[in-house]
Amino acid sequence: MADQKVISRQTGVEDTQYKWGFEFDIESDVAPKGLNEDIVRFISAKKKEPDWLLEWRLKAFAHWVNQGDDASPKWAKVKFEDIDFQDIIYYAAPKSSDDAPKSLDEVDPEILEAFDKLGIPLDEQKKLSGVAVDAILDSVSVATTYKDMLKEAGVIFCPISEAVQKYPDLVQKYLGSVVPYSDNFYATLNSAVFSDGSFCYVPPGVRCPIELMTYFRINEANSGQFERTLIIADEGSYVSYLEGCTAPMRKTHQLHAAVVELVALKDAEIKYSTLQNWYPGDKNGEGGVYNFVTKRGAARGENSKISWTQVETGSAITWKYPSVILQGDNSVGEFYSVALVNNYQQADTGTKMIHIGKNTKSTIIAKGISAGKAENTYRGQVSILPGADNARNFTQCDSLLIGDECGAHTVPYIEVRNPTAKMGHEATTSKVNDDQLFYLQQRGIDLEESNYMIINGFCRGIFKELPFEFAMEASQLLRVSLEGTVG
Amino acid sequence: MQEASLVLNKYEEDFDNLSSISPVWSSNLRNKAMDTFREIGFPLRRKGNEKWKYTNARPIADIEYSSAKFEEIDLDDIKLIAPWHESWINLLFVNGHYQETFPGNLPTNVQISNMASNDLAANLTSNIGGIMDYSDDGFAALNTAFMSDGPIITVPEGENAGIVVNLIFFNQGLSDTVNYPRVLITTEGNSIVSVIENYVGGSSDRTFTNSVSEIYVGENATVNHYRLMDETDDTHDVGYGRVRIDTNGTFNSRSFFRGSGIGRYDLNVSVEGENASCDLQGLYFTNGHQHMDNFINIDHVRPNGQSNLFYKGILAGRSRAVFGGTVLVRKEAQKTDSIQSDKNLILSPHAEVDSKPALFIYADDVKCAHGATAGNIDADTVFYMRSRGIDLEAASRLIIYGFAGEVIDKVEIPELRSYLAESFLTSLPSHKFEF
Amino acid sequence: MSNSEKLIEIKNLHASVAETEILKGINLSIDEGEVHAIMGPNGSGKSTLANVIAGRPGYKVNSGDIVYRGSSILEVAPEIRARAGIFLAFQYPVELPGVRTWQFLKAAIDAIRKENGQEELKIRDFDKLLEEKRQLVQMDPDLVRRSVNEGFSGGEKKRNEILQLALLDPSLALLDETDSGLDIDALRIVSHGVNIFKGPEKAILIVTHYQRILDYITPDYVHVLVDGEIVRSGDSGLAMELEEKGYDWVKDTAGKEVTP
Repeated sequence: MADQKVISRQTGVEDTQYKWGFEFDIESDVAPKGLNEDIVRFISAKKKEPDWLLEWRLKAFAHWVNQGDDASPKWAKVKFEDIDFQDIIYYAAPKSSDDAPKSLDEVDPEILEAFDKLGIPLDEQKKLSGVAVDAILDSVSVATTYKDMLKEAGVIFCPISEAVQKYPDLVQKYLGSVVPYSDNFYATLNSAVFSDGSFCYVPPGVRCPIELMTYFRINEANSGQFERTLIIADEGSYVSYLEGCTAPMRKTHQLHAAVVELVALKDAEIKYSTLQNWYPGDKNGEGGVYNFVTKRGAARGENSKISWTQVETGSAITWKYPSVILQGDNSVGEFYSVALVNNYQQADTGTKMIHIGKNTKSTIIAKGISAGKAENTYRGQVSILPGADNARNFTQCDSLLIGDECGAHTVPYIEVRNPTAKMGHEATTSKVNDDQLFYLQQRGIDLEESNYMIINGFCRGIFKELPFEFAMEASQLLRVSLEGTVG
Repeated sequence: MQEASLVLNKYEEDFDNLSSISPVWSSNLRNKAMDTFREIGFPLRRKGNEKWKYTNARPIADIEYSSAKFEEIDLDDIKLIAPWHESWINLLFVNGHYQETFPGNLPTNVQISNMASNDLAANLTSNIGGIMDYSDDGFAALNTAFMSDGPIITVPEGENAGIVVNLIFFNQGLSDTVNYPRVLITTEGNSIVSVIENYVGGSSDRTFTNSVSEIYVGENATVNHYRLMDETDDTHDVGYGRVRIDTNGTFNSRSFFRGSGIGRYDLNVSVEGENASCDLQGLYFTNGHQHMDNFINIDHVRPNGQSNLFYKGILAGRSRAVFGGTVLVRKEAQKTDSIQSDKNLILSPHAEVDSKPALFIYADDVKCAHGATAGNIDADTVFYMRSRGIDLEAASRLIIYGFAGEVIDKVEIPELRSYLAESFLTSLPSHKFEF
Repeated sequence: MSNSEKLIEIKNLHASVAETEILKGINLSIDEGEVHAIMGPNGSGKSTLANVIAGRPGYKVNSGDIVYRGSSILEVAPEIRARAGIFLAFQYPVELPGVRTWQFLKAAIDAIRKENGQEELKIRDFDKLLEEKRQLVQMDPDLVRRSVNEGFSGGEKKRNEILQLALLDPSLALLDETDSGLDIDALRIVSHGVNIFKGPEKAILIVTHYQRILDYITPDYVHVLVDGEIVRSGDSGLAMELEEKGYDWVKDTAGKEVTP
């Protein structure tokens, strides 16, 4: 690291080292720990971002600082030790292939065992572990083929840092338009320091020819903790996006504070599916990932539609509310979720459906499964604003408890300010019925398999909303996650 | 800031005056409560204060209310605005102060005492404050500090004569005054009693009613509880119910609310004994600029408990109704069976309902469910009626009455049921659905 | 009854449900090729007997034994008993929301095959087999595509039980009040399914309150269970006598109080 001198910003020294206005070496691959304005500038400079984006980051940072030390929200039903925000490295360059494991032999055997159980093919296993992929292997050419297909259709799908360079107008127009930096504590943090993420734009009238997966982006295995994703579906278009996978991703960082913004214009549809199986911590609940994510979709145009489908089985703490703002008349919002928590995991998750336009419709189906000593809370908000004539909402949240040391909680907020709206909410909590278990056992199916079949049946309504490959993986993931919870 | 301290000064002044005439047994209790009120004040902080999320208590906190004085009232006037029957044991309180008892002609072993009395047996007073935990609640602390007259109703073991105790708390509406009704009901094993609590008011001056009722349901006992809140637009009414149910006990409650300025009912039922059960039904109706907040919490402590919560609301004008509360099922409360339901009929485009029924479950062998609906009547129902020759307005009326009637029908005392049908139903706004 | 080892022998069985003793010393042997009927007034313990043999949780054996194919099964888990050839047609078949009938039946049949050292059925073969059995019980093809028993009428549920009986082909079939709630046509179909299943290597225990089903499935032996004990045994003629004279008659002759 080069010498550091404190230079006053007003003197505007034009030294290559200091012209971005911070104190340390631009060539460095890793920022020093801590969060201050310099770090924000450093990140922006590393990515060679245009001024408008740096300005935006700085505004977010200023807002974060203004909130004060104790501003992090504490209302959710999740308990965790306070995060020391100064003890985090906010920038680390993507690993070169030199650092990657050379073969699967160098990969954590526990991860490999999990891959096997989930039936993930060898090639995929390599990619997911970040193993340097041989150019001859099929997986590379597969990735290339898909990229060609997208190009032909006119769909833009690339890392957000690339989009900022190549399509700055698009990014500038929509970034922060659904989740402004002032929205909530973790979104503010993300806006200041986000490093990477997906950007997708689907032109008018185009039906994106393939399921988009983060899988195909280069460097996915090393994705940072402050991801920022922006997906725009222009008029009349359709896109289905898959995030995550069933492989237990051992994120290097404990805090994952991503932001996902979706914008659907007139007659457009976005389907966003998530399979989350991050490291939940060991049997004593130590060391797992904290998944604090802000996800929101703006169904801006008339007849637009946004669906969120999620299967959350990992993370020590899951804290997220994928939401839809139903601005356009006749717009539709959907939320389908299975949240499974075991051992010491905690989940406080749900959705917000905000009905603004006329004839809007929202459907919420949430299933929670609690086992071990885990706590699972569904928290959902349905707001029907005064202008939302004929709004319709249907909510069904069901909880299943396995064992008597876990908890399942349901906290709905229902705000209705329009008399023509119709809103219905139902929730049930129960355990796997002994009679059901016995019925299956009497047909020769062992206890663990019987338990799995019943719970899989419980989640059926959600799994069928997932794209086909994901649905198969989700069932398998459920099976693996339920191991050891009965008998 | 100047205004705030003026307000609090009035409470201090009134507290001193009260302390000089209060019975000795109550001084400890009241002093501690006043200390708490001084420390925590009214629940004004909305952000992070889940219990008061949708209700702004500032209009109450900002006014300099002084304790209302007693004034005798003519019985005939009361009979116009509260339910009444000669066979009941009727107790009349005016502005929070005891006027008289009309004991009815049923012989009874039910013992009725007044909290303001100096010579009360310890076993009667020991339960006061036993379940009303005011440590984080300014209004409850205030009421406890200002306890004076208040019925202590003790129902002995085995008492089963169909007794109805009718408590009328009449608020005369003297301008800028506050009154503090306080009730204690203790029922012993195998007894059955019906109690009606009426919070009714007359004039349209600015007043505030702050009430607390504590009810102990003994082993195998049944308490049939009715609560009417029927004050005026300028009255704010914040009331508390705290109930503890012992083994095999049953608590059936039917509450009826006609909106006041700010109305709030904070009911907490502890289903404490095994096999205990509660059935809580409510009907609230708001109009104009009224605000009604029902905060109902049920705590399942032991196994085999049952709870049924069924509230319905009709909203008109620019009013606002809030329904919140939690059902908590503790780890030991296996085989709990709990249903919560909140249904709202919204009659005007400016009315708003906020519903937040939460479930916190820690036991697995349970059956718990809740549901909430809000909206207008569906077009098909109205069309069906019209196809049978009923006009739009009549159809609307029938539907609204039917909606409200479901709760009124649950009232087991026939005279009370007719009173409610007449006074509540007929006061519902006439409405014409726009279909 | 022959003297050689029976398929199943119940020896002086005492069993309780929720701390109340229901079976108070049952002695019964059923051999391959035999059809036994257990009749009795409500509360006599008929269903309890069937459930205890199947190993239902919540039913506690206080003393006595159940010996199946020469070994005691008291400590054997329900699914192992099932794979050994014991089938219970439930009195109240359970609904399994979200669990596809097809998936459930295949899992069951594969479990039994695996136990017997056979390979899992190929999908095409299973489909054929299922279709054959579906037709046997004349079940609506739509129902097979749905979740198990979800939205089925009482009669459809019972038919589903017999479809499973036909498909899984057990050695001992325990039919727990299979006839209750069925109309004549459904009864005929269900009985037909049972009769097709019947054979020299199969044993059937029919638990019933009414004689009606025995018109369709002829029992070799009829036992009357009153207050947890078998008070009378006989051949199919006994069922007719009961029909004419009612359970009180048994009481009189057996010296036991009968509450119908």
